[in-house]
Amino acid sequence: MATPPKKSWFDNLRESQVWNSIFRHGPPDNTRNRSLAVLTNVFLHLHPVKVRKSGLRLKYTWCAGGTTFFLFLVETITGLLLMFYYRPTAEYAFVDILDLRSQVPLGVMREIHRWGAHAMVIAVWLHMLRVFMTGSYKPPREFNWNVGVLLLVLTLLLSFTGYLLPWDQLAMWAVTVGSNMARATPFLGNEGPGAALLKVGDIGLVHAGDDARFALLAGRFVGSAALLRFYVLHCVGIPLVAAVLMAVHFWRVRKDGGISGPL
Amino acid sequence: MLFKSVVDWLCNPPILFTLIFILFFAAFLLRKLRWLWSPRAALIAFALGAAFVAYGLTDPNFRLIVTKPDNVPIVAMLFLVGFFSWLSMYLALKNDERMGKSLPPEEKLESEIKILVWPDLVYTEFLCMILWGVLLIVWSIYLKAPIEEPANPAKTPNPSKAPWYFLGLQEMLVYYDPWIAGVLLPGLIIIGLMALPYIDPNKKGNGYYTFAERKWEILTFQFGFLVLWVMMIITGTFFRGPNQNFFGPFEKWDVHKLVPLSNINLSEVIWVQVFNTGLPQNWFLREIFGILLVLAYFVLTPLLLAKTWFKPFFEKMGMARYQILVFLLLCMVSLPIKMYLRWLFNMHYVVAIPEYFFNI
Repeated sequence: MATPPKKSWFDNLRESQVWNSIFRHGPPDNTRNRSLAVLTNVFLHLHPVKVRKSGLRLKYTWCAGGTTFFLFLVETITGLLLMFYYRPTAEYAFVDILDLRSQVPLGVMREIHRWGAHAMVIAVWLHMLRVFMTGSYKPPREFNWNVGVLLLVLTLLLSFTGYLLPWDQLAMWAVTVGSNMARATPFLGNEGPGAALLKVGDIGLVHAGDDARFALLAGRFVGSAALLRFYVLHCVGIPLVAAVLMAVHFWRVRKDGGISGPL
Repeated sequence: MLFKSVVDWLCNPPILFTLIFILFFAAFLLRKLRWLWSPRAALIAFALGAAFVAYGLTDPNFRLIVTKPDNVPIVAMLFLVGFFSWLSMYLALKNDERMGKSLPPEEKLESEIKILVWPDLVYTEFLCMILWGVLLIVWSIYLKAPIEEPANPAKTPNPSKAPWYFLGLQEMLVYYDPWIAGVLLPGLIIIGLMALPYIDPNKKGNGYYTFAERKWEILTFQFGFLVLWVMMIITGTFFRGPNQNFFGPFEKWDVHKLVPLSNINLSEVIWVQVFNTGLPQNWFLREIFGILLVLAYFVLTPLLLAKTWFKPFFEKMGMARYQILVFLLLCMVSLPIKMYLRWLFNMHYVVAIPEYFFNI
């Protein structure tokens, strides 16, 4: 009499009530269950059930968009951990950054966050290059290309606002150089062309105390108000907008016919 | 050493960018030379690049700049952008060859076949995540994030630089005033990228790599991306030292390096050198030639081009799209033009109206 094949611990786990309450389909060894694996999972169902084989090729996609999204998640998680320790005030910011390395267990969170940010900037540029070189911005994907451009700009802004937070010389002066540009905004900056024309009687409307740069920094120079403003934008404001746009971006990839391919 | 001084000399922006312009167009013009675009040539180029960096690291001045923690990703980016630009062109040329024999592009062979996302795509993504995760952790353990002295508003570092991804814009400050380099041109880059799908009249080349079907688009985009964005970042990062002066990669960043400032405005050239009179008091009269020149650049060039080289575009696109396309192109090309005006004639401003902060 043949003995039935021995069940592995994994088979037993699969038959348990707990497992079956989470995954409501059998093992993904046939087409139906593989489809269900994607369809019944809130995270995986960002994907369609099937994709073009050409779109799976790494040499076609470079996995650049996926890498960008993955890095966004890495930044979210490490950023969250950093927020436990970091206080965005001129008094504490710098020492908190020092303590992150010396006092906090597994003190590489800031490193992962910073290098991940740089990698994300590069990945998003490469993603744009790939989408351009395959002509994937062409109809019907024009709108999604635009969402992508906005996401690229947001990535740079995320990186720029984060650059100030260590509150060291590098941070302060990089943001000073960057935000000095806003001073020259036409009509809105106090050293911009046309600003001198905006006046009521003899009183100029645009000056160092109310121009575009002032709005960005909440002051006439990079000080504690700017630190708080950049912190809020970095941790809440821009990620929220980016998350909404990402939802639109991924949704539209599917609605516009999936990963592009020759027609 | 001779090699080092030659490299330092070659990296001087006028020479560097002239070489890059020539190399850029030569690489595309000579695309029929298959060995130039072969994996072997790419490998040799990569090896040469890596050997140069490795050799450079033995030099204290080179090492000081390149191993700054925030500059390490830029070196990586240089290789990545180079590799992926090559890869996309390599795949494009392969497809062009296939289509020349009236075969479909390579992607077409597989684009009709549908594959289940589970397991194929999910596993690819999973692997990608793990590789990136490992890379980030190793990178983070071995390279510490930079932290300098505490912020001190009273002590301005020299040079003061923007974050590295904005150094292309900061580099443009050498040639343009902040309202153009820092506000107008970045805005136009964003607007231009967003307008791209609407002003590109070419319906071909959608969803596969090709060069033959999209020559103009690829040349324009890559010129903007590789030359005017990436190369400008490289220049701004590695070759700009104290006081935004140029320093070769093997040159010491000397705070006291003196560079003669002999820049001159167009109005001074015309009124003082040509007409031999003083500058007129009235700013409009003083700048009239520059204003006319800029107006002609933006108004007459599109008309001329519509009659000549760009005639097919004009006929295909209609007035509005054509105007937007040519305006954006002219803005983009204005940067190299301004660069050469500076390098050849020491031209500072074409239109200089400091009374209204309006300098071009």
